[in-house]
Amino acid sequence: MSSIAIQPLTRAVRFYEAPIGKKAVMAVTGIVLTGYVVAHLLGNLQIYSSNPEQINKYAAFLHNPANAAALWAARGVLLLCVILHITAACQLWLQNRAARPFRYYKKDDVPNAYAARTMICSGPIIAAFVIFHVLHLTSGAVVRLQEIGPNEPNVRANVILGFSHYPAISAFYILAMGLLCLHLYHGVWSMFQSVGASHPRYTPMLKRVAAIAAILILLGNISIPIAALAGWLTY
Amino acid sequence: MRIVLHIWRQRNANDKGRMARYEVPNVNQEMSFLEMLDVLNEDLIARNEEPVAFDHDCREGICGMCGCMVNGVAHGPQPGTTLCQLHMRHFKDGDELYLEPWRARAFPVVKDLVVDRGAFDRLVAVGGFISATTGCAPDGNAILVPKEKAELSMDAAACIGCGACVAMCPNASASLFMGAKLAHLGLLPQGQPERYGRVAAMVAQAKAERFGACTNIGECEAVCPKEIKLEVIARMNRDFLKGSWTGRGALRDDAEEVSKKPLAGSRR
Amino acid sequence: MELDSKAPTGPIETRWDRHRFNLKLVNPANKRKHTIIVVGTGLAGGSAAATLAELGYNVKCFCFQDSPRRAHSIAAQGGINAAKNYRNDGDSIYRLFYDTVKGGDFRSRESNVYRLAQISVNIIDQCVAQGVPFAREYSGYLDNRSFGGAQVSRTFYARGQTGQQLLLGAYQALERQIGAGQVEMHPRTEMLDLIVIDGKARGIVTRDLLTGKIESHLAEAVVLGTGGYGNLYYLSTNAKGSNATAIWRAHKRGALFANPCFTQIHPTCIPVSGEYQSKLTLMSESLRNDGRVWVPLKKGDKRPPYQIPENERDYYLERRYPSFGNLVPRDVASRNAKAVCDEGRGVGESGLAVFLDFRDAIERLGKHVIRERYGNLFDMYQRITGEDPYEVPMRIYPAIHYAMGGLWVDYNLMSTIAGLYVLGEANFSDHGANRLGASALMQGLADGYFVLPNTINDYLATTKLEKVDASHPAVREAETQVTCVTKRLLDIRGTRSVDSYHRELGKLLWEYCGMARTAEGLKYALSKIPEMRERFWSDVKVLGNGEELNQSLEKAGRVADFFELAELLCIDALHRNESCGGHFREEYQTPEGEAARDDQNYSYVAAWEFRGVGNPPELHQEPLEFEYVHPTQRSYK
Repeated sequence: MSSIAIQPLTRAVRFYEAPIGKKAVMAVTGIVLTGYVVAHLLGNLQIYSSNPEQINKYAAFLHNPANAAALWAARGVLLLCVILHITAACQLWLQNRAARPFRYYKKDDVPNAYAARTMICSGPIIAAFVIFHVLHLTSGAVVRLQEIGPNEPNVRANVILGFSHYPAISAFYILAMGLLCLHLYHGVWSMFQSVGASHPRYTPMLKRVAAIAAILILLGNISIPIAALAGWLTY
Repeated sequence: MRIVLHIWRQRNANDKGRMARYEVPNVNQEMSFLEMLDVLNEDLIARNEEPVAFDHDCREGICGMCGCMVNGVAHGPQPGTTLCQLHMRHFKDGDELYLEPWRARAFPVVKDLVVDRGAFDRLVAVGGFISATTGCAPDGNAILVPKEKAELSMDAAACIGCGACVAMCPNASASLFMGAKLAHLGLLPQGQPERYGRVAAMVAQAKAERFGACTNIGECEAVCPKEIKLEVIARMNRDFLKGSWTGRGALRDDAEEVSKKPLAGSRR
Repeated sequence: MELDSKAPTGPIETRWDRHRFNLKLVNPANKRKHTIIVVGTGLAGGSAAATLAELGYNVKCFCFQDSPRRAHSIAAQGGINAAKNYRNDGDSIYRLFYDTVKGGDFRSRESNVYRLAQISVNIIDQCVAQGVPFAREYSGYLDNRSFGGAQVSRTFYARGQTGQQLLLGAYQALERQIGAGQVEMHPRTEMLDLIVIDGKARGIVTRDLLTGKIESHLAEAVVLGTGGYGNLYYLSTNAKGSNATAIWRAHKRGALFANPCFTQIHPTCIPVSGEYQSKLTLMSESLRNDGRVWVPLKKGDKRPPYQIPENERDYYLERRYPSFGNLVPRDVASRNAKAVCDEGRGVGESGLAVFLDFRDAIERLGKHVIRERYGNLFDMYQRITGEDPYEVPMRIYPAIHYAMGGLWVDYNLMSTIAGLYVLGEANFSDHGANRLGASALMQGLADGYFVLPNTINDYLATTKLEKVDASHPAVREAETQVTCVTKRLLDIRGTRSVDSYHRELGKLLWEYCGMARTAEGLKYALSKIPEMRERFWSDVKVLGNGEELNQSLEKAGRVADFFELAELLCIDALHRNESCGGHFREEYQTPEGEAARDDQNYSYVAAWEFRGVGNPPELHQEPLEFEYVHPTQRSYK
């Protein structure tokens, strides 16, 4: 019965086989992805800088060939996290669906947990959004992107044009950000629960912090398409 | 007062089942919910219809035998109350109530509102205990238990195993039930030696029983008649992760075999 | 039949030790060759099944509920006594023994009671080791309280759910053995007959409540831990499913039934609210520590309680028993409540209730103290009645709570059928005519964890048991019997439901064989019961079939047994021309209206032998001797 004898690989497999293991994977990858969302937002907010060139300088810094290795490494980690997060989510979803093969004739939802209940809907829409976002403002597959020079995208122009000329795209962005807000609200407090951190005093506080953070991220993100549509941003 | 009931009728495990409508015209508001069902059953017997089967025993909210969904809420609308302790004064004349059995893959319907909750027993059988063979115990005061720990342990130990948490959970997860047992034993000094092995065994068994996974929604907590808190699930998660990270007792070599072994006398 | 109690003699302190040493042991390697059947999974049955399995026996365990964790021991609120003397308040094993014999009104066996008091100490240790979260002091030591008027603090408790926690301890120990394959568990399976071969209990016939399958299970010994028969009265504090079928059918196979008339009434229950009432809920006796019991002075005074001025209230317990006041023992409090209600001074709609008032306690101590002490009980009361006991006095009334009587057993817990052991409330042994508070849990666990696992070895080691299989004529006969009874109940297709008959029987018994009994009333009841029983057997209506879950059919079988047991209960009550403990005969009382015991003529256990339905049972007597605690008249003035 000694546990020491278990091979590390077997241990990892058994860990992941358990729903709690999968939830822990989702929590850890969720932390990474949330961190990315925050960093991404902070980068974007540079568009409001008094220096109109600030955001383009930041983009040029990221795209500098000297930083390519780091950039691709970061992208690799993010992609891995996304894959793990989605895989675990799908597996849990299937297990959970199988756990209740007969629906209730009538079912009331007692606690106010809209965000938690809709994770499985907000998740795929956000994933679709991310793909669209990359095509839209990174690869230029939706609209042609402008460049100042090689490895120097004109982010400011692309953002402002990309939103102000296409209100439908802006609307999709705003909707997706709303869902991301819900997803983050539940995800941020829930990741603590999943890894076993819960306290009668701190967990309610944590939920409030999660709500505030999610709303701040929402406001920061949607301010950009709104400002572009309203014509408050110029290039 | 008059109450209209829509009750799930299912002859046996193989029957498809259906909702049936009944009226109980003479409900007194001092009656308990189950007494209202008794009155309905007496009426049905008088009309030569088979009475509605429902599980119940102590009728004082402690045995955990009773329970069904009332308008989509496990044990009905009163928080912290089992079905047997729910009284008709909380309903109005003319109310329509939908009564359905607990629904979960792990809780097959036996008849009408009766389900088989043997999966809970099997969860306990794989590790929900402290292995203290009769006679081995030292004096009761030999091991001190801090009052706060004893109180928290008691909060969790109050679980009556009714299954409302599973019934209400959108994922039919047994996490609140398991978390309660693990917190009850894991908070006490006597429960420490087996702490990590216990959580690993129970988590593995829950999967084998086809319970769902917890997604931190909190419906279980909202309907638990003993008001057991979600914290116990966090505790379980923590112990599981700690056990598998350190290899301390957790993920026992035989965990898999234990979970696959059919238990004697259990009704699978 | 000579009743040999096998109780050891000599110094009482060493009787159990010496007896244990004289018992033969079973070699560990041979234990696995023996199968033992345990029926019932409450504190007695559950702890016995777990412990026998730990010893290495193969155990087959049965319960009618869907899980062994649901047995009615779970509902015990108050606590469990143990002579630990952790308080240094003068408690000792001898004092617990003394209190129990005296509290039992000198109708129990001294040797048994002393053993119970000795073992009480080990029970607490065992339960703590299993993880029972008993209440603790801030220092981490076990907390105690005084309970049921005891003068020492010897009651261990886990909030108001001590029974639940102790049962979960036993249940978990049992599940551990089920997981290990040492116990074969049969939930939702009801024992319907005992198989007796060559005078020895060799198995049981069961009905699978889900499939209706009737099956026999054979073993070397049968253990019954199936609880009491309080549900005979229809309304009681017992669980709806609690029944006497297992012990009654064993009785019909030859086990003597002892002292059936010793039934305990609990004074503080929530009163009946209407005809539909299905059970009565007990409120912990501890409420009487601070609540004051009263009724209006005037008959039929229907004013709301707070409008009745102080000088028009009758605090009848305080008036009649100035030194004990509201804390008089259960039977005294109950009888007085009945008396004032019979005078027409009862309160509430039915007039069958008295007030338990906390107004003065709240004034004296503050609402918060009362909430701290009784908060959960007040909540429970409010949930059931819809009234707030902080504002309006509670209404309470006595209800049947516990059966001291049961199958006769000797010191080894073996009944008059060899190999049939009876534990806990199902046997008659330790509480005499009245049980003290917090002693039922103690007895159930003592029997299951510590007594039976020691005594059963001797029987298995010294008895030659032939191999039997399912084709044995006795097995066939028992199976056929069960099948016939089941079929007969289904075939009646009469006009009235099982519950209506049960309620009718309960009312009759409560009226004539309840809190206070008279020869005349008992004779009346005895004339009615056979007639009622015949009507039941020709007119009961059980719908559905026997091949699936059929709750009416289950109930019908149990009620049929209650009809037979009710008759025995009344016969025993009529024969016992004295008042003692839970048995109060109005003809036998002191001038002050207290129970008058007759030690000259009735200091014995009345063990009845079954002689066929409707035939008078035969009385056997086991004389009781009191070497240590000498009988005295109880007085609570």
